Amino acid sequence: MNKWYLEKGDQGDIVISTRIRLARNLYDFPFPAKLDINGKNKVNELIKGILFENDRKDFSYIEMKDLSRIQAVSLAESHLISPEFASKKDGSALVLSSDESVSIMLCEEDHIRLQVMKSGLALEEAYDIADKLDRMIDGKVKYAFDERIGYLTQCPTNLGTAMRASVMLHLPALTRCGQMTKLANTVSKLGLTIRGANGEGSQPIGDMYQISNQITLGITEETAIANLKSIVLQLISQERAAAAELIKKPAEEDKIFRAFGILRNARLLSTNEFMELISIVRLGAAKGLVDIPIEKINELTVSMQPATISASNPETATPALRDAYRAKIVREALA
Amino acid sequence: MLCQNCGKNEATTHIKQIINGDMAESHLCSDCASHLGYSDMFSGFGLNLSELFGGFLGDMMPSLSSGKTQRCAKCGTSFEEIVHNGRVGCADCYTTFYDRLLPSIQRIHGKIKHSGKVSTAPAETPKVETTEEKIEKLKAAMNEAVSKQEFEEAAKIRDEIKALEGGEE
Repeated sequence: MNKWYLEKGDQGDIVISTRIRLARNLYDFPFPAKLDINGKNKVNELIKGILFENDRKDFSYIEMKDLSRIQAVSLAESHLISPEFASKKDGSALVLSSDESVSIMLCEEDHIRLQVMKSGLALEEAYDIADKLDRMIDGKVKYAFDERIGYLTQCPTNLGTAMRASVMLHLPALTRCGQMTKLANTVSKLGLTIRGANGEGSQPIGDMYQISNQITLGITEETAIANLKSIVLQLISQERAAAAELIKKPAEEDKIFRAFGILRNARLLSTNEFMELISIVRLGAAKGLVDIPIEKINELTVSMQPATISASNPETATPALRDAYRAKIVREALA
Repeated sequence: MLCQNCGKNEATTHIKQIINGDMAESHLCSDCASHLGYSDMFSGFGLNLSELFGGFLGDMMPSLSSGKTQRCAKCGTSFEEIVHNGRVGCADCYTTFYDRLLPSIQRIHGKIKHSGKVSTAPAETPKVETTEEKIEKLKAAMNEAVSKQEFEEAAKIRDEIKALEGGEE
């Protein structure tokens, strides 16, 4: 089955992916921070039993202790698990669908973190899938739930629906125009947050941003999704307008073709240089200046992450070997 | 307004912080803001939500120790622990400390009444045994069978144990 990120979804020139994440806990067990290994294993076996009840072949069950550091980080690079979860070992497990659109972290911050990813803007569709899986589990276990404050979570910031809906956007033009700080301030007033989707420093790498709902209590799933969607659609039209203006400038157009030239010819590419250049080329592709399918660019931004390269190519253990390998694959992909 | 830090550039980043109930405002240019770690919403400053929530609860701490610490009957977590870690121990903690948690929940979310999906919550979660526990039980049963000289039964149980141990690898 095709991985979800190999498809170009709705609004795919700007929206990379949509993600819905539900946090759930079982009433009968203390939350993970207060739960011993034996208790965690029980929670995991229980949920595994429910999810695999009908002998599902499209799901696989992975115990985190069985993964190498590189494999775990690679999963985080693909946003299938959280960076914190990548360092978990005993007592944490992952259920992953074969197309990687569903990933269920067991005993992360909460007992269950159910995540559905879709390419492009597909909030309702992703929520439907998450909702169905959630109801399937809900029919079999007693969730920690309180009528007054909703689904009970280890961190009170997730109370209520315990749903985090997020959309990953590529906003190179708004970033170039210095609009992001202003936009971040505006959306925070609307109960949403925007932050860089990759990397840890202050500068988001590759102009990728994640926008998500912040408030989870006192707002229904449908309203939260509708709010997020309307803001995302506005960001999309602003980015398109800014991009259209931007590429009219000869210096900016030149930048796109230079970036393209480097990616097609370089013999060594570090992660940061690659992410910076592919972001510029992606803008060119979205605006039809460069004839490379967006899906191919999306695929490269996932597969060219350092741990993801090393996980599938053991011979690329050092950064220098990895940079050479990355340059080679990118050259071939964009030739 | 000029940046309070360098005094050269126009201040574009305005930060309001409430520390222990006192509000402090700073006005910085984007360069100074990023040097000082306030770069933007993206860097994740203050996004360690656990700590943030701990901070939220910090001023709720009783100033005088009231003698006996109240603990959740199910998991043994005290309110002070929740404040310190920003993490709640179990579902029952929310019932035990409901009144004391509510003001902070309201400060985070603005609201205190859930609307949205409702759990259908069956009466209880089925009991589960980990593979290790199943093996332990079977081993006990096997020893019992051996002691009663029911060797055929014991052999059957031994095969079951083998199957479980095999399945673990």
